[in-house]
Amino acid sequence: MALVKHNNNSISDLTSAGQLAQGKMTLISSQTASGSASIEFTSGIDSTYPIYRFEWINIHPSASGQDFQFNMSTDSGSNYNVTKTTTYFTAHHNESGSYSNLAYASGEDLAQSTGNQTLQYYTHTDNDNSCSGFMYLYNPSSTTFVKHFMSNSNASVVDGVPYSNNSFSAGYGNTTSSIDAVKFVMSSGNIDSGTIKLYGIKGD
Amino acid sequence: MALLFANNNSLSEITELPSGISGGALNLISTQTASASASLEFSLDDSYDSYIFKFYNIHPATNSVQLTFNLSTDGGSNYNVTKTSTFFRAYHNEDDAGAGLTYDTSGDLAQSTGYQWLTRISSSDNDHASSGYLHLYNPSSTTFVKHFIARFGETHHLDRAHDIFVAGYGNTSSPITNIKFQFSSGNIDDGIIKMYGVS
Repeated sequence: MALVKHNNNSISDLTSAGQLAQGKMTLISSQTASGSASIEFTSGIDSTYPIYRFEWINIHPSASGQDFQFNMSTDSGSNYNVTKTTTYFTAHHNESGSYSNLAYASGEDLAQSTGNQTLQYYTHTDNDNSCSGFMYLYNPSSTTFVKHFMSNSNASVVDGVPYSNNSFSAGYGNTTSSIDAVKFVMSSGNIDSGTIKLYGIKGD
Repeated sequence: MALLFANNNSLSEITELPSGISGGALNLISTQTASASASLEFSLDDSYDSYIFKFYNIHPATNSVQLTFNLSTDGGSNYNVTKTSTFFRAYHNEDDAGAGLTYDTSGDLAQSTGYQWLTRISSSDNDHASSGYLHLYNPSSTTFVKHFIARFGETHHLDRAHDIFVAGYGNTSSPITNIKFQFSSGNIDDGIIKMYGVS
């Protein structure tokens, strides 16, 4: 075994932390959209972690009025068609202060549908508009349980009076097959720009 | 350079992990502990494309006040970024007399430079406090407005559990350089705020 030497108060040449404590959240991969039809994570979703977290940062659509959505695959991304039952609700408040609400959005939920699930309703293309948020996917490699997910995303939307939209989606992929890929798309058009990161989260 | 010795199978005085070892994606940048503090302020830069603030047992000196925050684009000289936001909450009284889910127009902002509420009516009872998180996205962007998402658990002054959801955006394409937390009145008597960069 080669000697490992102290190097300016760091430890060089080590490649494993052994029993040293590491962070509980680990970046697995990051993808940046550039006029992309979709962003797919076809590797890194397996039994390594019990929880996976996706972060999207400044997702900007190419077409106005489109929803930012996701779907899951059980065959490494050949098909994104997992059956899902979900909920979706939002809070709105416009920049003039003339309108605010908190409401369930039945047009954005799914009932045993293989279609894409909306994470952020009605994004717009104004230069400074985008949405940012996160989604947890629980135990995707389980062969016993359905696959729960929870998300929260905020968008700035210019459509008439501009407004802030805080969106919450949750539900489950109704399958006992392992989820091994996730795809993000706009309901129509491309993801013009933005970054999506995949993290693994360890249990205690 | 002083010699460094293994200490009970640990290594003392080591300040940096080798590049081959991940320290995790949640990087603690700073921790501030309030002690009758008028406010707690943090500096931001472009090191990370999102930041998470975690709040532990934030306790006000004054009863019936809101924990709030504001943003600065000039190094903390002024905290006055224009914001539009939403605010809603679930609540349940200790005596079971009231419970519900409601949008709260008193906590939202419409193109206001004022401070954004993170809690609703925080109590100064000895065992009351608020805890939660605030996620701030891409504060150094020169293109996009600055999204934030927060969730807090609060012990209300009427002995009520509050689950509070706040989100919105700083309506500026200027980089956010600083963030400040304070109560709507009185000091932050006690509590800890930690700032993490998400890599």
